[in-house]
Amino acid sequence: MATTAEAQSAPSSTRVRAARRRWWREVGWRYVVGVLAIVYAGFPILYIVSASVSDGGTLTGSTALFSTFTMDNYVALGETRFWTWVVNTLVIGSITAVGTVLMGAAAAYAFSRFRFSGRRVGLTSLLVIQMFPQVLAFVAVFLLLLSLGQVVPILGLNSRVALIMVYLGGALGVNTFLMYGFFNTIPKEIDEAAKIDGASHAQIFWTIILRLVAPILAVVALLSFVSTFSDFLLAKLILQSEENWTLAVGLYQWVSDQLSANWGLFAAGAVISAIPVVALFIFLQKYIVSGLTAGSVKG
Amino acid sequence: MSSTQQQREADVSSPRRHDSARVSHARDFGRGFFAKLAIMGLVDALGVYVVITAFTVGSTVIAWSMVALLLVANVVYFTRRALPMKYLLPGLAFLFVYQVFTIGYTGYVAFTNYGDGHNGTKDQAVAALLAQNEKRVEGSAAYPLAVVSNGDELGFAIVDGDDVRAGTAQDPLSVVDAEVSDGVITAVDGFELLDRQSVLAEQATVASLRVAFGDDPAAGSIRTQDGRNGYVYTSILRYDEDADTMTNAETGVVYAENDHGQFESAEGEKLNVGWRVFTGLDNIRTAFGDERYSVPFLKVLVWTFAFAILSVAGTFLLGLFFAVVLNDPRLKYQRLMRSLLILPYAFPAFMSFLLWRGMLNTKYGFINDTLLGGMDINWLGDPVLARLAVLAVQMWVGFPYMFLIATGALQAIPAETIEAAKIDGAGPLRIWRSVTMPLLLVAVTPLLIASFSFNFNNFNIIEMLTEGGPMFRDASVPIGSTDILITMVYSISGLDGGAPKNYGLASALSIIIFLIVATISVISFKKSRTLEEIN
Repeated sequence: MATTAEAQSAPSSTRVRAARRRWWREVGWRYVVGVLAIVYAGFPILYIVSASVSDGGTLTGSTALFSTFTMDNYVALGETRFWTWVVNTLVIGSITAVGTVLMGAAAAYAFSRFRFSGRRVGLTSLLVIQMFPQVLAFVAVFLLLLSLGQVVPILGLNSRVALIMVYLGGALGVNTFLMYGFFNTIPKEIDEAAKIDGASHAQIFWTIILRLVAPILAVVALLSFVSTFSDFLLAKLILQSEENWTLAVGLYQWVSDQLSANWGLFAAGAVISAIPVVALFIFLQKYIVSGLTAGSVKG
Repeated sequence: MSSTQQQREADVSSPRRHDSARVSHARDFGRGFFAKLAIMGLVDALGVYVVITAFTVGSTVIAWSMVALLLVANVVYFTRRALPMKYLLPGLAFLFVYQVFTIGYTGYVAFTNYGDGHNGTKDQAVAALLAQNEKRVEGSAAYPLAVVSNGDELGFAIVDGDDVRAGTAQDPLSVVDAEVSDGVITAVDGFELLDRQSVLAEQATVASLRVAFGDDPAAGSIRTQDGRNGYVYTSILRYDEDADTMTNAETGVVYAENDHGQFESAEGEKLNVGWRVFTGLDNIRTAFGDERYSVPFLKVLVWTFAFAILSVAGTFLLGLFFAVVLNDPRLKYQRLMRSLLILPYAFPAFMSFLLWRGMLNTKYGFINDTLLGGMDINWLGDPVLARLAVLAVQMWVGFPYMFLIATGALQAIPAETIEAAKIDGAGPLRIWRSVTMPLLLVAVTPLLIASFSFNFNNFNIIEMLTEGGPMFRDASVPIGSTDILITMVYSISGLDGGAPKNYGLASALSIIIFLIVATISVISFKKSRTLEEIN
């Protein structure tokens, strides 16, 4: 079509129309698909933002988008345990993330830098253990904490510390491989040079290696935080009293108890708790994509 | 305790050996050493505390495990050998306690009848049976009684001859110092007397409170109806230790131990409290042979596979479609569009499920009310629609992930390869079929398998969106049309409070899920190169 237009040296309007048609066929329609995709991806989020600022605070009044605007729901959160749950979630998530990163990095360092008997067996066993998701053993976790709680209550049921411990139990299995691969990409000559200069293995680990692998540490910390953030089964099983709950347990309770009545609270709570996570995701997109392709999954 | 300390002191005080120019960090008394000393001191102190309390409450397994852990930790961190272990130990310790042990324990529980009615040891079951079947001893005297509290729980104090004895539900009656005037207790050492008002307020608790008379369960207990007079209750069951039987003193029926950890009479009548025994493959047999479980189990199994496969296929196709469409260098605003498209992925998944639960509400939900202009479709209440809804929600939550990895894989395909195919005369379709698609699949297949495994156990979406419902009407356990294996195990375990606890069966089912997921993982590992990287 374009060639005929050129050959005839037709008036410029025809040529423009032809070029536009061609643009539409090759590029323009992609914008249409893109916009439709964005509408599809975005409308539930638009809806929850609208529900969070609608008055009344129930499901009934929330369906007309942005028909009203009030901060009542956000203010009402102050009268609930919402902020306690936020703090719990942040504390549990951060401690777990830091612990996971440190233990995973130490293990990856050992596997990557030392040659010792049992190394291959160790790596293979980790691979096998990793196949058994921790949540599958939730009955045994529950029974274990029941017994531990009789000895040390803080390691038993209804304790945030115990939940962190359980999460840390899954740290090595999930993350060592991700880190191990990255540690292997750091040239060994760097360690050897430091060793010749008199650095101990601990100095090499803390002051040299950890700095060089910072990107993977960030990815693992983020993935660990997100997975504790969204864990529901173990958190619900272990944290029994309301002041110990995490957001996942608390918000679930609001929606499952009295879906209609608590809807405004849920919407406001969800918006507040989603903002930091969404922001983090958008900013760290690049890292997350590389972390994803290295094998971790969500949703 | 002393052994670990000696161990440490021996290590610390042993002279530094300079057998090489470098000094091992373990014996280099620098800043790092003192940091290590402080941390290990703390670990040892906490560990010793755990060991002592564990022995005190009689948890010998925990105590000895802790001793072993402490010994290993001290040896590892205070010798110059075991260098890799210094880095592996913290992670391994947690891994062993909270993952390896729990996997093993799941395997063990799977072969027992652990659950409601079989909660503890045989001794505990005997004590519970004796306590539960108590009756007031006919014509026995009344003891003047006072309701007391030790701060945590209520108890009784009684006047027994010249003594006053007090106890709670946990502690049997024992002699205490007290003041008595006119046969009424006015003060008890270590306890607080409840006044009449408080007793009335706690009436239900007081009426059901049982304080053992002595350490021997056969001695019976003290109970009260009015909070003033206590009566001796003794069990109508008698436990004969030598014959290992229970006898009902009123009817004379003898109950003997059966294979399932219960006392059973010759007529087949069972006493309601049993104990934990090894039942072999009974749980597996129940899961596959007992129709009450096997029929819903098969339905759930089929749906689990359908859900996992359709989720992966659906999200991948949608994500791939968007990736292909938007992966054109002539497009403007590419970054912006991508950022907006991954919104559902960035939005925490569990909140998405709850959000969709509200949006799919029949009467007031956004879907029915606004998008469909006031329809009354019962999305989450109809078996077929609920399954479609689950898939649709998973589609929304999961497609951005597939979009991201498909985009990444597409961009990783070298432009020269495509160019070469073009020069060879291949049309766009041919290039797609013979070049792009195969290269793309090589890159994403391991991720698709991982995604399948993840969705196979996607507890959150089911529990948060439908809670497994709508329920099967014929099943004796609360299982529904959208339940997948992991949520079914959760329901059967009874830990959600919806059914009697059955840890044994739940663990057996966990093992079955593990076998399925492991088989899939092994296949995927064989295909991927992960195993080859271990060298």
